[in-house]
Amino acid sequence: MTARLRWTLADGLTLVGRELGRLRHDPGELVAALMFPAVMVVLFGYVLGSAIRVPGGGDYREYLMPGLFAMVTFSSVMGVMTRTAADASRGVMDRFRSLPMARSAVPFGQTGADLLVGLLMLAVMVGAGLLVGWRAHLGPAAAVQAFLLMVVLRYALAWAGVYAGLAVGDDRVADAMVPLFLPFTMVSNAFVPTGGMPGWLRLLADWNPVSALTAATRELFGNPGLPSGEVAWPLAHPVAAVLLWSAALLVIFVPLSLRANRR
Amino acid sequence: MPDPIVVAEGLRKSFGDVHALRGLDLAVREGTVCGVLGPNGAGKTTAVRVLATLSAPDAGHARVAGHDVVRQAGEVRARIGLAGQYAAVDEKLTGRANLRMFGRLSHLSRREAHRRADELLERFGLTEAADRRVAGYSGGTRRRLDLIASLIHRPEVLFLDEPTTGLDPRSRGEIWDSVRALVADGTTVLLTTQYLDEADRLADDIAVVDHGRVIATGTPDELKATIGDRLDVVVEDPAALGPAAAVLTGLTGADPTTTGDDRLSVALPGGGLRLAGVVRELDRAGVAAADVRLRRPTLDEVFLRLTDRTEPVR
Repeated sequence: MTARLRWTLADGLTLVGRELGRLRHDPGELVAALMFPAVMVVLFGYVLGSAIRVPGGGDYREYLMPGLFAMVTFSSVMGVMTRTAADASRGVMDRFRSLPMARSAVPFGQTGADLLVGLLMLAVMVGAGLLVGWRAHLGPAAAVQAFLLMVVLRYALAWAGVYAGLAVGDDRVADAMVPLFLPFTMVSNAFVPTGGMPGWLRLLADWNPVSALTAATRELFGNPGLPSGEVAWPLAHPVAAVLLWSAALLVIFVPLSLRANRR
Repeated sequence: MPDPIVVAEGLRKSFGDVHALRGLDLAVREGTVCGVLGPNGAGKTTAVRVLATLSAPDAGHARVAGHDVVRQAGEVRARIGLAGQYAAVDEKLTGRANLRMFGRLSHLSRREAHRRADELLERFGLTEAADRRVAGYSGGTRRRLDLIASLIHRPEVLFLDEPTTGLDPRSRGEIWDSVRALVADGTTVLLTTQYLDEADRLADDIAVVDHGRVIATGTPDELKATIGDRLDVVVEDPAALGPAAAVLTGLTGADPTTTGDDRLSVALPGGGLRLAGVVRELDRAGVAAADVRLRRPTLDEVFLRLTDRTEPVR
């Protein structure tokens, strides 16, 4: 059993190395992936920011950054889904399955690699945020907690991506599904307060994990726009909500993905 | 005779209403090339997927290199290689990086994986392409990389699922040479193909598969012998094709097939026929024959006869 665990780990690391190798041979893709968050900062920060007033007052770009952090976090679903579907449809997955390797190493490798990509994207995002005036006001300990929450939720979402990729099994379909991630991130408190949305939409937005993460990091960074008065449970307890969402995603999608992968 | 290295007994596999395998039996002798021949949808790929542990059969069982493909899948995987119709390599990595990765995933040490990758690239003439990304490879080069990626852990049995489908003749020849080199090393190869000449050139034994079952087995020569020799007749005037056909039907009791504007082909009855008699009968009917010859049937003709298809498969 320990030997098996060791191989799972070793094979997982080999597959993380594979993803890093791909990035090294395709720097264009990496640059594009890293440009995306920076473009978002400009686009949302200055275009939307020129018209939106933050509830309770405050700078819109300070309000926006936690939302963009959450958006980047959520992008792991799409990234992992398309990569998994590509492996499944191009026969790479079949080759993995015919090798005497640990089968579970494939999703572990994919989610592990995504975490590294995610940390890079976050670093660029932080740089862009600092440039446009965003600050973490409550000290390094709280800031570290905020980033840890992003990492935890990102990892859990990556497993949802593995399952989606295996379920879709065709990289063209997966690519076509990528734009669906926009409503997921937009129907939230990431860019505008949920208070003005129609009731049914607000319900979706309030319970969206993106909203919980945004609210949690706003709180931990001391950024403006915390909801006041009566709010939905996840927004009143955002840190707990993020942890619960992460746990729920892992409990559901890790076994589902491992089972689909064994098939 | 030693036990066969691949044995399948009564394999069944259905996907909903599609019965891909309906009791497939197969045996492959160690150190030989077994060609699994069949039209599209005959169940060839499904059979390979079951034997390579990628999918479990609904019924029946199979052993590869002495291990059960369901209960001892890990043992089987350590002893087999698989190369498919799709180039199952990572397009975004270089050829060398792909081989090293698959080597590591086959649990070779880092040094051994690197050494083995270099050795295979050299041996199969891919050194030049080794450090370019696979995305830029030609179809043939990609397929060869896919083939050698399946060799990294020195498998005893190699499954090749339509290894040359869609390749130009030169690339096919290169793949054939590689397969011959492997067999010379003692690797057992199970090859599926829909190209009859490929099976004829490479395979020691052939299993003809249709509708999820093996309907005939034997060496190419044995299979050709089962349907008897053929008689080909070329007439000087295409208008004489009708009378010539009538003569041949009278002699053999079978309907000849028209194989060109001026030529006919007919299967000979078991007892055979004397060429001189054919020429005499044609002469008597006033047919001027440009050529009359007896020959062994091609595998195409065997295949058409066995699978009861009217159109040639290519």
